[in-house]
Amino acid sequence: MKVAISSQGDNLDSQVDARFGRCNYFIIIDSETGEFEAVSNQASGAMGGAGIQSAQTVAGKDVKAIITGNVGPNAFQTLKATDIKIYGVASGTAREAIEKYKKGELQEFSDSSVPGHFGMGKL
Amino acid sequence: MIISVASGKGGTGKTIIATNLALSLNKNIQFLDCDVEEPNAYLFLNPKISKTEPVGIPFPVVDEKKCNYCGKCAEVCAYNAIAVVKNKVLIFPELCHGCGGCSFLCPQNAISEVNKPIGVIEQGKAGQIDFVHGILNVGEALHTPVVRAVKNKINNSKTTIIDVAPGTSCPVIEAVKGTDFCILVTEPTPFGLNDLILAVEMLRKLGVPFGVIINRADVGDKKVEKYCKEEKIPVLMRIPLDREIAVAYSNGIPFILQKKEWKPRFKNLYSKIIKLTVGTKKGRQK
Ligand code: SF4
Ligand code: SF4
Repeated sequence: MKVAISSQGDNLDSQVDARFGRCNYFIIIDSETGEFEAVSNQASGAMGGAGIQSAQTVAGKDVKAIITGNVGPNAFQTLKATDIKIYGVASGTAREAIEKYKKGELQEFSDSSVPGHFGMGKL
Repeated sequence: MIISVASGKGGTGKTIIATNLALSLNKNIQFLDCDVEEPNAYLFLNPKISKTEPVGIPFPVVDEKKCNYCGKCAEVCAYNAIAVVKNKVLIFPELCHGCGGCSFLCPQNAISEVNKPIGVIEQGKAGQIDFVHGILNVGEALHTPVVRAVKNKINNSKTTIIDVAPGTSCPVIEAVKGTDFCILVTEPTPFGLNDLILAVEMLRKLGVPFGVIINRADVGDKKVEKYCKEEKIPVLMRIPLDREIAVAYSNGIPFILQKKEWKPRFKNLYSKIIKLTVGTKKGRQK
């Protein structure tokens, strides 16, 4: 089963990026085999709608779950239209995140966790 | 002649200047309030509204029977307002700018457009002054189409005064562009100067001639004066901090009605603007 992790870098030792729509990479990992690929997030610099774009990117990779820090309302709505589950993680590496996921230690989001434009920082 | 009245920041007294200027000239004047999020010039001019028109944008609607979820619409939308996931097309109204790109490019012709109301414009008379303002619906993020709708009412046979929203964002640019002159209202404080500089940069890019009015000119520092001198920006008027002006403002009374000596000063301001625009050639907006 494939899982996407929002990440600051392109490998399993990269730190998790808490911003779903604005992360640099998605690490798509097969939770059984441990095989992974890093997909760069084209939407990270978008003016608006980054979460919606990111949600489509990961949905296109046929993942079943996403591990990230915060999901805005639009991204949440987009993901809800798929059957992808969203799990929260605060910090650590991608490798640690997938381990926690496998042990069932991560909490599932039932609603968007932040208001829109949260990850944009100051312009 | 179209004069816009703008300010880099809110609370500088822009609407006071715009309404007092309009009332001082009074004849053959058209007043447009383009601060569509918070139009407040009507509080000073008390217009009788005689006509109300809705303003809408085309909003896309997908016919799920025709759609094959190819994803083309999501790809072309410059505002990321569409998501196509798992046999669903989601359109996010707060991101959609109504540009029509998606319906035009959908290979299945599955997208049609409905008119989505985003605000209204009201027209009427304030004494002899023709009055128009736009009101954006509460919670609506798209200001520019409403500003444009107000500006469509410009009557070229009149002198038009436009009250512009504060700041330097898209709706401000939409309101200021194509005007013959812009009055920038500022105050002599560090914040005032900072925002004035941003507004000056905007106007220079737009190629709109401008001058500055310093409100509460006797408080604060001299940095705004110094900046204007260095940049060769004409200071058109200085209004002191005055109790009577402040009280008139809080009562919704244009202060020239109480302080009559200001009426000729505003007329003089207009003459200065005419002089400053002589010889400036520019393409006026339709
Ligand atoms: S472009 Fe048209 S057919 Fe393709 S997903 Fe969008 S609405 Fe459906
Ligand atoms: S009308 Fe324009 S902005 Fe709105 S969804 Fe279609 S392409 Fe995007």
